[in-house]
Amino acid sequence: MCTGIVETTEVKGSGKGPSGWFKLEEVNVSYDHPTDAPLEHALNIDFVNEKMGPGARVAVELSPESARKLVDAILTALSRGEDLSKN
Amino acid sequence: MYEGMLAETTTVQGFNGDIINAYFARPLGPGPFPGVVVIHHMPGWDELYREMTRKFAHHGYLAFSPNIYYRFGHGSPDDVAAKVRASGGVADDSVLGDTEGSVRFLKSLPQSNEKIGVFGTCSSGRQAFLAACRLKGFDAAVDCWGGGVVMSKEELTSKRPVAPIDYTEDLSCPLLGLFGEEDQNPTPQHVHLLEEELKKYGKNYEFHMYPKAGHGFFYYDRPLYRQEQAVDGWKKLFAFFEKYLRPSS
Repeated sequence: MCTGIVETTEVKGSGKGPSGWFKLEEVNVSYDHPTDAPLEHALNIDFVNEKMGPGARVAVELSPESARKLVDAILTALSRGEDLSKN
Repeated sequence: MYEGMLAETTTVQGFNGDIINAYFARPLGPGPFPGVVVIHHMPGWDELYREMTRKFAHHGYLAFSPNIYYRFGHGSPDDVAAKVRASGGVADDSVLGDTEGSVRFLKSLPQSNEKIGVFGTCSSGRQAFLAACRLKGFDAAVDCWGGGVVMSKEELTSKRPVAPIDYTEDLSCPLLGLFGEEDQNPTPQHVHLLEEELKKYGKNYEFHMYPKAGHGFFYYDRPLYRQEQAVDGWKKLFAFFEKYLRPSS
């Protein structure tokens, strides 16, 4: 956890945590030591709703390679969806 | 020989007079025992730090681990730690206030021998060094691979306004440092810079740089774990604390 690298942005949507679905308000993206993934550093994504407390969190910890694949997959799916919407 | 330990959660007055949670493990018996403030690492006030706190008690120390994330909310340690991470970490002054309260508590105990150490790993290795510089009342400090002792101007924030290395002149007790050659924070160069400062001010310190180890080599549940280096590191740590916290033994 010693890099301190974190990026935060607001998001609109829902996430599913241990207690069910909840409204998402922010996403925190960090490159730091993960809690569970067997990696020294990981790309950690936390979808959260701060108003609901620390437990309102959907977390993933990805290898850098996996994170890049995720970015590509998101952009590809977004592009295909937006193309469909135009037609 | 009878052996017993009591480990439990409790509260203590910390920074700003706040009453915060703490985990307190101590050997049974009249003592006198030295105390150790066990500052938890960035991943939180978690199971690993509970274990380490009990490890100190097993070795005959009044071990006290304040929840320095108390003000960020409550829940599973990783959820709280994620919130702290997103907030840019916990403020140095807050950690120092919680640590100072812990020292006060330990020294007030009838079974205390009045000697107090401070221990931390990763972010709390940095905080242990900082506490040993900025607070009075410590007799020994252990910094395990504390990253961010050396900081560039760009890395300073309102929560961490001064690089701990800049307080080296004020270090008030002997310091043990355990580091890994393959660590990226602190790098061996960072450790060298700190060592130069310690020499410059004539401080009592003992540094060990382990080959084939990186960051967090005590953490047996992480791929960073290095068995041989960890076993040796714990031995050196307890020898150091015994020397300065239990001098008559």
